[in-house]
Amino acid sequence: MTAAVDFKNVDIVFGAARKEALALVDSGATRQEILEKTGAVLGCAGANLTVNEGEISVLMGLSGSGKSTLLRAVNLLNVPARGNVMVKDGDRMVDVAACDAATLRHIRQTRVAMVFQQFGLLPWRTVAENVGFGLELSGVPEAERKARVERQLKLVGLDQWASKYAHELSGGMQQRVGLARAFATEAPILLMDEPFSALDPLIRTKLQDELLQLQAELKKTIIFVSHDLEEALKIGSHITIMEGGRIVQTGAPEDIVLRPANDYVRDFIANVNPLSVLTAWNVMRDRRDLDHGEDGWVWLDRRKTTRFKVDEHGLVAAAERDGKPAFWVSCADVEAQPEETTQVFWANPGTSLKTVMLAMHRSQTAPVALFDDQSRFVGAIGVRDVLSAVLRR
Amino acid sequence: MKKNEGTIAMDPVSQLISSFKIPIGRWGKTFFDFLTTNFEWFFDSIADGLTVVLDGLVDLLLLVPPVLLVAAIAALAWYLQKSWKLALAVALGLLFIVNQDLWQETVETLVLVVGAAAASMAIGVPIGIWAAHNERGYRYLQPILDLMQTMPTFVYLIPVLILFGLGIAPGLIVTVIFAAPAPIRLTHLGITSVPKPMIEAGEAFGATKRQLLWKVELPAALPTIMAGLTQCIMLCLSMVVIAALIGANGLGKPVVRALNSVNIPLGLEAGLAIVVLAIILDRISRIGTGAAK
Repeated sequence: MTAAVDFKNVDIVFGAARKEALALVDSGATRQEILEKTGAVLGCAGANLTVNEGEISVLMGLSGSGKSTLLRAVNLLNVPARGNVMVKDGDRMVDVAACDAATLRHIRQTRVAMVFQQFGLLPWRTVAENVGFGLELSGVPEAERKARVERQLKLVGLDQWASKYAHELSGGMQQRVGLARAFATEAPILLMDEPFSALDPLIRTKLQDELLQLQAELKKTIIFVSHDLEEALKIGSHITIMEGGRIVQTGAPEDIVLRPANDYVRDFIANVNPLSVLTAWNVMRDRRDLDHGEDGWVWLDRRKTTRFKVDEHGLVAAAERDGKPAFWVSCADVEAQPEETTQVFWANPGTSLKTVMLAMHRSQTAPVALFDDQSRFVGAIGVRDVLSAVLRR
Repeated sequence: MKKNEGTIAMDPVSQLISSFKIPIGRWGKTFFDFLTTNFEWFFDSIADGLTVVLDGLVDLLLLVPPVLLVAAIAALAWYLQKSWKLALAVALGLLFIVNQDLWQETVETLVLVVGAAAASMAIGVPIGIWAAHNERGYRYLQPILDLMQTMPTFVYLIPVLILFGLGIAPGLIVTVIFAAPAPIRLTHLGITSVPKPMIEAGEAFGATKRQLLWKVELPAALPTIMAGLTQCIMLCLSMVVIAALIGANGLGKPVVRALNSVNIPLGLEAGLAIVVLAIILDRISRIGTGAAK
């Protein structure tokens, strides 16, 4: 995996007394202390974050935590006081904090596009003219521009609205125009600054789904700012949590939920339903940690109700439950299976915890086995594993 | 020294202060003397050039039969505002002026006002744009604008008269001095109040300074700049009578004449003509306000 955006020790300070403020940053002062002593506002301090190509990296935090500030450093809407913001430009990495005006313009026109919270559309332009705005700035000839605009409008389902003005559209449609404008430049990196916060919940969910669909096709690198954890967990492949201008924790969604770094993060995830984030992989016990019997038999649960005989390739050769032979079934269509005590369900690492629990329910609390994509036995989940994950113990 | 000055009781401090008068007036005169002796050719050529252009325009318009010109202006009103009612009202108002036998004066005034407004906009809009991007500069500019608008017109009438002589040219220059602050202020206001997200949208997509100005700032500020145009035209019109004092032809002339000869009918006719012209210009020039919302 290659990095598309790389923040290295980025400090951002607003106000006149930058030097004094940076000295305080180095001594570890909080934003409040810096404000009181120097009058400067700490936007963000010591931010280190790598965003890889093709992933959706979500910056999370309460308002004022510095998430937008950090995002806006990528296209230099905010200028870092110190540090480097490396942005991928073809085969090289460019430090936007130190490059000249022409390079910055090149990055902004062709590498990094942005979607704004308040849409940032130009009211005197039609929808089509708004979508073509970025192309116009970089001097794309009119014929090509028209074709690309039309394609983008089709993509977001607004081709019927091309000649309307922005204020004639609903909020959700306006943000689709904002999305189309960003897509139109074909920039591989997309900055989204709370793009769906100004929309009502139903439209928000819909646009999130649309974004995920488009992303599956377009495979952009997206840095997404949000204050809504549900949203972050839904769309993020990585989540970075910020507090008071500093990064508190970075990780995959389930890492954040399973292993919060501190109380701030714990408060954040307090109301999140773990079933919507966790997968079988997160809660399983590794095969090596299970109780091994003789002849290659492995106990799947601590109560020793169920065991597998695993051959030298890691494939399951036989199964036994409560001392009687059993067979193993995929839990992919668990609802369709009869409730029998002679079956043991198996899941893949990516199977959601919810499905695993359903499978347990169906098989009267039998453990669920985990197979990798070559059907090798990798681990098992018992009732206790599920309970401790849900209760976060 | 005036006679009654000795009668005012002066305390010693005030006496000390007034014992030496700073010769501002004389300095000013010296400055203008310097200008007239050294740059007379420059000011004369400006005056001559302006006179030729403006008088030529007046002559040209007077060649057209009044009724035809009235129809043309009414058509322009319809074209700009898409309102039959307005076009009709414009035609009726102008025909009233023709009826009052003030047509020639009206055309002269129209040329002066439109010319002065155009010059004010040509000067004011670029300065306003510059000021909007240069807050420091605007802080220095503001007192000058205040001076231009509050200094009694008669005061700068004298030097303008000396530098440019009598006629329509000094009339235009005095009018521009008085009217140009309006477009400067409103252009500045319009551009500084462009919403930040729009500017950032431009920057984020890689606009150059020039693109930002032409594609974001000016379109966003257009309604305010157009309000500046309307205001500017009205200010120009309000200078018609004063311009007449330094020899600019137009509707100001009959007003001044009426004042000097206490001629109520003439004053009323010319005054009404100015009002009619003011209303017509105001309605026609409200371009884009509300349309670009």
